[in-house]
Amino acid sequence: MEKVYSVPSTKHEVVGGFCPGCLHGVVVKLVCEVQEELGILDRTVCVVGVGCCCITARHWKCDVMNAPHGRAPAVATGLKRMAPKDTVVYTYQGDGDLAAIGLSEIMYAANRGENFTVIFVNNSTYGMTGGQMAPTTLVGMKATTAPFGRKAEDVGYPLHMCEILNQLGAPTYLARVSCDSSPNVIKTKAAIKKAFQNQIDGKGFSLVEIMSACPTNWGLSPLDSIKFMREKTMVEFPLGVYRDR
Amino acid sequence: MPKVEINSKVCKACELCILNCPKGVLALGKESNPSGYHYVTVVNQDACIACKMCAIACPDAAIEIYK
Ligand code: SF4
Ligand code: SF4
Repeated sequence: MEKVYSVPSTKHEVVGGFCPGCLHGVVVKLVCEVQEELGILDRTVCVVGVGCCCITARHWKCDVMNAPHGRAPAVATGLKRMAPKDTVVYTYQGDGDLAAIGLSEIMYAANRGENFTVIFVNNSTYGMTGGQMAPTTLVGMKATTAPFGRKAEDVGYPLHMCEILNQLGAPTYLARVSCDSSPNVIKTKAAIKKAFQNQIDGKGFSLVEIMSACPTNWGLSPLDSIKFMREKTMVEFPLGVYRDR
Repeated sequence: MPKVEINSKVCKACELCILNCPKGVLALGKESNPSGYHYVTVVNQDACIACKMCAIACPDAAIEIYK
C-alpha cells in the first residue's frame, strides 16, 4: 500500500494550538509542505507577528523569530539583508498585526521590494485578544469593540491589503486565496509555493493574503464559518492574483 | 483498496473533512480524545476513492491516505 497523502516531515507533530475549524492550521501545514518540497527547511527563518500567528511557533521546524507587534516586515528586512545569501525568510502575520499596527512596516517593505515572502492570514478579526474590530472587519459585522456592528460613518471601511499594495511599483507577487474548500486549499498552496520560489529566484517582494475563519470570535460553528466566508468575507475580499511579474 | 488513517489524538472534530469528502466516508465518532473532542471516524471505508480532499482540508493534519 502506497501512502498518497502524508503530514509534512517539516512540521512538528503536536496537538495544534488553534481552535477547532480555525484555518490557520491549514496555512501552517501548507507552508510546511512547501518547505519540504523545495528542500529549504535548514536555511529558512520564520518571523512571526503577534496574535494567533504566535501559536504557529510550536509547529514550525525551521528557525523562528518573534517580532514586536506589526514589525515582522522590518525584522525580516534586517534579517534578509544581513543573513547568508541563500537564507529564506518569511513573515507569518494576521490582519490585526499586518494591517493595523504594522501598516507602515508592510507598506515600506513592499515599497522597497524587499526579497522575502509574506504569509498574511485574514480572518476579519483580532483573534487572540478577544474578537475586537480589525481593519478587515466587514461593515455591519459585530466585534467586541463594535457590539452593534462596524459602522462605516464612524470607523470607515475594511482595508483591502492586496489592492492597496498593488498601487506600489516594487512588489513582485500579490495574491488573495482562500482555505474554505479543498480545491481552494490546493490553489493556496500553489500561491505560497510561488511566493517562496520568487524569493529563491531573487525576484523580490511576494505576499499571499489567505482568507481564513475565526469560528470562536465570529460565534459560529466551523461549518457555519465556512458558509460565512463564502457569503460575506470572500465577497468583500475578492480572490485573485493582483500582481505577478 | 484505499485506506484513511485518522490521528485521533490531534483531531478537533471540526467536521471540515466531512464537508469536503465527496463519498460520505467520514463521520464524528462517540469516543472523545484526551483534548475532549469526539474525533472523526471512518464509517464507510469501501466508498473511499483516495481523492485526498479530506486530508487537504484538515487544519490539524490529522489524516493520512493510503492507496
Ligand atoms: S478536518 Fe481534521 S481536525 Fe477536523 S474533524 Fe476532520 S480529522 Fe478532525
Ligand atoms: S480520500 Fe476522498 S473519498 Fe476517501 S475519505 Fe478522504 S475525501 Fe473521502
